[in-house]
Amino acid sequence: MIRLISILVGLGFTAAVLWAFGNGAYTAVTEGMGERTAEKAFHLHPHAPEGGYSFEGPFGKWDKQQLQRGYQVYKEVCAACHSLKFVAIRDLEQLGYSEAEVKAEAASFQVPGIDPNTGEATTRPGLPTDNFPSPYPNKIAAAAANNNAIPPDLSLMAKARHNGTHYIYSLLTGYADPAVYKNEAGETLAEAFPATMPGTGLHFNPYFANLNLAMAPPLNSDGQVTYAEGNPEPTVHQMAEDVSAFLTWTAEPTMVKRKQTGWPVLGFLLFASILAFLAYKNIWAGVKPKKAG
Amino acid sequence: MSFPWARQYEPQNGFMKWMDEKLPLPRFVYNAVGAGYPVPRNLNYMWNFGVLAGFFLMLQIVTGIILAMHYAANAEVAFGTTEHIMRDVNWGWLMRYAHANGASFFFIVIYLHIFRGFYFSSYKAPREMIWLLGVVIFLLMMATAFMGYVLPWGQMSFWGAKVITGLFGAIPLVGEPLQVWLLGGFAPDNAALNRFFSLHYLLPFVIVAVVILHIWALHIPGSSNPTGVEVKQESDTVPFHPYYTAKDGFGLGVVLIAYFAMVFFLPNYLGHPDNYIEANPLSTPAHIVPEWYFWPFYAILRAFTADFFFIPAKLMGVLAMFAAILVWFFLPWLDKSPVRSGHYRPTFKKFFWFGLIPAMAVLFWCGGAPAEEPYVMLSQIATAYYFLHFLVILPIVSSVEKTKPLPNSITEAVLGSDN
Repeated sequence: MIRLISILVGLGFTAAVLWAFGNGAYTAVTEGMGERTAEKAFHLHPHAPEGGYSFEGPFGKWDKQQLQRGYQVYKEVCAACHSLKFVAIRDLEQLGYSEAEVKAEAASFQVPGIDPNTGEATTRPGLPTDNFPSPYPNKIAAAAANNNAIPPDLSLMAKARHNGTHYIYSLLTGYADPAVYKNEAGETLAEAFPATMPGTGLHFNPYFANLNLAMAPPLNSDGQVTYAEGNPEPTVHQMAEDVSAFLTWTAEPTMVKRKQTGWPVLGFLLFASILAFLAYKNIWAGVKPKKAG
Repeated sequence: MSFPWARQYEPQNGFMKWMDEKLPLPRFVYNAVGAGYPVPRNLNYMWNFGVLAGFFLMLQIVTGIILAMHYAANAEVAFGTTEHIMRDVNWGWLMRYAHANGASFFFIVIYLHIFRGFYFSSYKAPREMIWLLGVVIFLLMMATAFMGYVLPWGQMSFWGAKVITGLFGAIPLVGEPLQVWLLGGFAPDNAALNRFFSLHYLLPFVIVAVVILHIWALHIPGSSNPTGVEVKQESDTVPFHPYYTAKDGFGLGVVLIAYFAMVFFLPNYLGHPDNYIEANPLSTPAHIVPEWYFWPFYAILRAFTADFFFIPAKLMGVLAMFAAILVWFFLPWLDKSPVRSGHYRPTFKKFFWFGLIPAMAVLFWCGGAPAEEPYVMLSQIATAYYFLHFLVILPIVSSVEKTKPLPNSITEAVLGSDN
């Protein structure tokens, strides 16, 4: 009885899902397998800069000089609109700055505070224990100043996108003129998808998910940031590479420590597993004869 | 119950004797997972996963309790406290990655444990109760994992919660009030986050309780084995300790290497980048996907894209998704074969390897893919097979199949002769 019911129920579910399949197949035959959208035709996957990054791979280490340059790019360019709210200023010491330098750096920011005498809202110079202050007092102010597009917080950007480090680099260097830029099929956006051409206040970038974003190209000329002596030329590509490295650090300051902790753990486990295997074979030696044919 | 030749616990010194009289806990452990539990001598590596699942349950509880010390279940600050754990708490990043990947590995070993059960028909009499309790554990794990994924309050947390609780909205008449009642509001917010945290802390201990019942029920008939032939004599078994403790120790080492390789080198590989974006009810992610271990059932849910007579497509999908797991409860009575092990069931074995396993693989793959063609059509075919396999093929094949001859005993299977 139970098997009869089971077979009927099974055939019921099968009929229902095959009915859905038939509907889908009919649509696929009559209307094709999904439209070719502008996103499908133009969207590009992020790619790494030439030479990659020092922190990539299982033995990767931070290049502190690069992180300092990246921080400089963030501070002089990105920080105008983007917050870094999960990152504490004291953590800059990890980039190789001294305690005194970090104190001075913190004091260069004005953070919201309360006047100790009147209790009124005011600002005070930052302390190393503060997090990086936001450029806008609140979301409404951020939206109002940016044509309703709130600049996202950058603390975790490198982890919040697929292949985030490369995404930041590719996005910063990937702006193009949609009237001229050609995709792999040799089309321009203006020809193939005129409806997707960026509207007012939007900028075409094939690395952005829906191709048009509100942020104007932030790095637009070589030498926009002046690097200290002994550093590479601040080309747009160099600045993009440096700031994407810096934002990888802000997204996970413990990344290098994590990888460095991993090796001894894996080494110990390998050793322990070999011992465990030998113990296992030793204990079973008397019990497990070779299988008789 | 145990086999008559099981070793008896003997307290080794005065203190243990005293203890044995007042509270025979050492005796209990000795009989449960010590030398007092005789186990078939022919278990293969597929029999490691029960112990491994127990290990990951304990790991999840320990890391989870530590995380809860630093986390705050409040929609305003939950995302920030998660980042506080990652940045400011000593070794907090390790605890969180160990917990997130621990959930994944818990599911990996549980899926292997369940599919071991399918292939060797571990659900068959006299082990039905072990199986039923196991399915209960799996359902509790799914609920716990789902609620745990909501806690960091990222975009996938929020939208996953919205989609999954939205499923209850498909139930006719009571659906929408039920959904609002479950969430404590019209959309996931502080009320939902708080109750999910409360239940996420509670359910693991419920799982521990059901695991104890699961192991208790296991010790009545004793462990199954790859031949499916019951234990008959002392030479069929070895004491659990030291034989299987040693083997499980090695298995644990291998799994831990894979686990810590993920924790230390690819900790976010199994997660979704969108969950590093703070929850925003006004911005829907392009593709809402649950964690990977829900993908087969998510694929089944989304496979029902057309209304079936008077049943709306969404309701049909919800029914099918729950039925896909509930059907496991009935396996002991749907499989009529007198033989347990898939080794001796040639037709069943073909359906297992060339039907069920590819269908599950397709469902895993399509459940994580966007809801567009060809993934929808592929998951529809796989879903059809999934239900046919358990509800139609298994009852029929198990009744008509001609099975291969079984060895007379486990000893014969191992040694070639019965004594």
